[in-house]
Amino acid sequence: MSTLLILAILLALSTFAYQTGRRRALSLVGHAKELPALPGYYGSYVLLWVLLPALVVLGAWLVLQPRIIERGVVAQLPAEVRELPENRLGLYLNDVRNLAEGNVVSREADPELERAAENWARLESRGRSARGAFVLLLAVAGFTLAVRAIDRRLRAMHRVEKALEILLALGSLIAVFTTLGIVLSLVFEAWRFFQRVPVTDFLFGLEWSPQTALRADQVGSSGAFGAVPLFVGTAQISGIAMLVAAPIGLLSALYMSEYAAPRVRSTAKPLLEVLAGIPTVVYGFFAALTVAPWIRSVGESVGLDVASESALAAGAVMGVMIIPFVSSLSDDVIRAVPKALREASLGLGATKAETVRNVVFPAALPGIVGGLLLAVSRAIGETMIVVMAAGLAANLTLNPFEAVTTVTVQIVTLLIGDQEFDSAKTLAAFALGLVLFLVTLGLNIVALHVVRKYREQYE
Amino acid sequence: MSSARPQGHPALATEAVARRLKKRYAAERRFKGACITALSLALLFLVLLFANIAVKGYTAFEQTYIGLDIRFDPQTLDPTGERDPEVLRQANYNTLVRDALTDLFPEATGRSERRELAGLVSNGAAFQLQDMVENNPSLIGLSRRVWLIASDDADMLRKGNISRDVPEEQRRLSDRQIAWMESLEAQGRVEMRFHRLFFVNGDSREPELAGIRGAVLGSFYTMLVTLALSLPLGVAAAIYLEEFAPQNRWTDLIEVNINNLAAVPSIVFGLLGLALFLNVLGLPRSAPLVGGIVLSLMTLPVVIIAARAALRSIPPSISEAAYGLGASRMQVMFHHRLPLALPGILTGTILGMARALGETAPLLMIGMVAFIVDVPKGIFDPATVLPVQVYLWADSPERAFVEKTSAAILVLLAFLILMNLAAVLLRRKTERQW
Repeated sequence: MSTLLILAILLALSTFAYQTGRRRALSLVGHAKELPALPGYYGSYVLLWVLLPALVVLGAWLVLQPRIIERGVVAQLPAEVRELPENRLGLYLNDVRNLAEGNVVSREADPELERAAENWARLESRGRSARGAFVLLLAVAGFTLAVRAIDRRLRAMHRVEKALEILLALGSLIAVFTTLGIVLSLVFEAWRFFQRVPVTDFLFGLEWSPQTALRADQVGSSGAFGAVPLFVGTAQISGIAMLVAAPIGLLSALYMSEYAAPRVRSTAKPLLEVLAGIPTVVYGFFAALTVAPWIRSVGESVGLDVASESALAAGAVMGVMIIPFVSSLSDDVIRAVPKALREASLGLGATKAETVRNVVFPAALPGIVGGLLLAVSRAIGETMIVVMAAGLAANLTLNPFEAVTTVTVQIVTLLIGDQEFDSAKTLAAFALGLVLFLVTLGLNIVALHVVRKYREQYE
Repeated sequence: MSSARPQGHPALATEAVARRLKKRYAAERRFKGACITALSLALLFLVLLFANIAVKGYTAFEQTYIGLDIRFDPQTLDPTGERDPEVLRQANYNTLVRDALTDLFPEATGRSERRELAGLVSNGAAFQLQDMVENNPSLIGLSRRVWLIASDDADMLRKGNISRDVPEEQRRLSDRQIAWMESLEAQGRVEMRFHRLFFVNGDSREPELAGIRGAVLGSFYTMLVTLALSLPLGVAAAIYLEEFAPQNRWTDLIEVNINNLAAVPSIVFGLLGLALFLNVLGLPRSAPLVGGIVLSLMTLPVVIIAARAALRSIPPSISEAAYGLGASRMQVMFHHRLPLALPGILTGTILGMARALGETAPLLMIGMVAFIVDVPKGIFDPATVLPVQVYLWADSPERAFVEKTSAAILVLLAFLILMNLAAVLLRRKTERQW
C-alpha cells in the first residue's frame, strides 16, 4: 500500500471520525446546550485520536524501514561483499536497490546481485504491506477508543486545546532543533576531522592543499590542512567589501534620513533594497563576467598585473551587495536619534553637516557599529559571489590584485562532485563550516547586543 | 554665535564671521554632495547590473534557424515501406540534414569539410525531423523546406558574438564555415525566430538545445515543499510564542535562537542538510524534497518573525471582546486574531519564499548541481533549481551559454519581481488602520 494511499484513507477516516464524534456527543443529550463543550470539540477529539498516533508511527516507519531492509539484505550477502569498505558497500547496495526497483544499474548483474535485489524487493513489499496494515489498525483503534470515551463528563474542549497547545509548542521547538542539528553535525564531523589533523595544524598552518591521494605513493599525498590562507583571504575580501559598502551605505543613509525630501526617500529606499533582494548568484555572474575582466583590463592599461579572479573584483561586487544592509540598519538607528538633539544643534546655528557630524553621528555610533558588524558577518558567510569570482587555490597574500580563496569557496569545492564521505578532505569542509558558524555567531551576538543596548538609551 | 564672542572692531568681527560662514557653507555643500554621490553610486550599480544582464540576455530569446530543402528519402527512412513506427524512430535523420547541406554546397567534399558543414546545424535538427516524420509519415518521399536549429556557433556568429576579424585559429568557426553562413544568408535561408525550446527543454550540453523548464519545475517543487513546511510550522511557532509561551528562560532561549538562526550563513544550512538529511536519514540526493526542507529551515525564522509582528499588530480590543463573550484562548486565536493577521503573515511568507527562491549555496551541498536532462516529475526526482542552473551555465565554457545564463537570470528576476509585487499589493490591499 503506497504512502499516498494510506494518507488518503487516513484523511477519509478522519472526516468520518469528526462526524461520528459530533453525532455521538449529541446523541447523549437532548440538546447541545447540555454538553460541557461545543459538539465540534467532540468531533475534533476523535479526529486527533485517529490522526496523531497513526501519523507519528507512519513517519517513524518511513525513516526506519530502509535501514532495517538494508541490514537484512547485507546479512544475506556473501562474505566478500559484506567485508567491503563502507563506501564501496554503499555503492553495491545502491545497485541492489536500483535493480530491485527496475532502474539502471551501474555494474554487471551477476546472480549474487540479482539474489540480493530479489531479497530487497521481497523485504520492501513485505514492509510496505505491514506498514499499511499497522497504521490503519492504529487509526481504527484510536477511533474506537475515542468514541467510547465520549460521555457527558468528558471535557473535550480542554483536551483538544491542550493537544493543540502541545502541537504549537512543538512547532516553536523546530528552531531549537535546527540550531542543535547544525551544532551537532558540525561538531561531530569536525571532531572526526581533528582526529586526523590536529586542531593547531588546522588553525595555524600556513599551507592549504586538501588533495588527498588516490594512491599511497602519489606525490603530495599527505594533503595539507593549514587554514590560515583561507582566513586571510576571507578577511581580505570581506575587508574590500566593507571598504565599498560602509561609506556608500552610511552616506546614503545619512542623505535619506537628513536631507532627502519624503518623496525621494520613499523611492530611493525600496530601490536600494532591491539590491538586497537580487540573488547572490546573479552578483557572482556579474562579478566573474563583467567586473573582473574590466578590472583586469584597467589594471593592464596602467601596467599592473591583475589576476582574472582578483580579490578586488569579488570584494567590490560583494560590497555592492552589502550596501543595503549597511544603509537600512544605519537608517534605523539614525532615525532613532531623538529630534530634540538635532533641533538643539540647529537652533544654536550649526549647519546640517555640522549637526550630523557632531551630534547625530556620535549619538548613533554604537548602533552603526552594530550594523557594520552584522554586515561583516554577512560578508564572511557569503558564498556564491566568491565561488564564482574568487580563486580556488589557497594563496597567502595581501595583494588585492591576486587571486585568493575563502572559507566558503573551499567548503563548496570540497563537497561538490565525487566524494568519499570519510576522507579528511570532506571532513575538512565541516571543520571550516564550524569555524564559519562560530565566527558569524559571535559577530551577531556582539552586534545585536550593541544595537539593543543603544536602543534602550533613548527609549 | 558671534554675540558670544568678545567684540573687537564690529566691522572686523562681521568680516571674520562672514569668511567663516562661507567656509562652513562650503563644507555643508561638500558633505551633502558626498551623500548624494553615495546614493547615486548605489543606484548606478543597480542600473548597471540590470542593464548588463538584460543586454547580455535578451538575445537568448531568439535563435538562428537555417532553412534547408530536406528530401525525406524513403531509402534512408523506411527501406521496407511498412511505415513501422519503430523503424521510423530508429532511422538516421542526420543523413537527411547532411544530404541537404551537400546539395547546397557540393564543393565540400573532404571528410573534415563535410564535418564543418554539418557543424552549422544543431544536433537537435535530427530530432526536429524525426518529430515531423512521426507525426506525419506521409512526408516520406516528399521534399520540403524545413527550418532547422542552427548550432550554437552559427547562432553566435549571426548574433555578432564571434568576430570575423580574429585569426581563424582563435575562433570557433573556420573561414569556410563563415563563408557558408554568408552564402546561406544571401539565399534567405537564415532567419531569427522566437526560441521556444529555451522554455520547453531541460538542460543540455548543447547551448542551442538547453532550456530552463527542468530548472523552473525543480524550483517549483522545491518551493512547494518549503511552503508546505515553513508556513504551518512558522505560524504555529509564532502563535505559541506570542500567546501561550510562559515567560521563562526556556522561551528566552527559543527567541534568541530564532534571531540567531536568521543570521546563520546559508551554506551552513547546506552542511546540515548533507550531514543530517542525506547521510543520517538517507533521503535521496539532488531531490527537491531535501532542497525544500533545507530552505524551509532557512525561511522559518523569517516567517516566525513576520507572523509574530502581524499577530502583535492586532489590537487587544478584538481579543478582549471575544474573551468577554466567553471564547477560550484557542478560539480567540483561531477565530479572530489569526484570520485578521493572515494578510501580514502571508506577506512575510512571500518575501521569505522569494529569498529562498534565489538561494544557491545550500543546494550545492545536497547535490542539486548534478547535470540533469530530464524534467523532474515530483519532489523525489533528481532536479536542479533556477539559481543553480545559472551557476552551472555560468561555469560552462561555450560562449553561447553566456546569453543563456543571462536569460535564465532574467527569468529568475521576473519571478522574484512578481513575488515581491504580490507581497506589496497584498500589504497595500489589506493594510488597515485600527
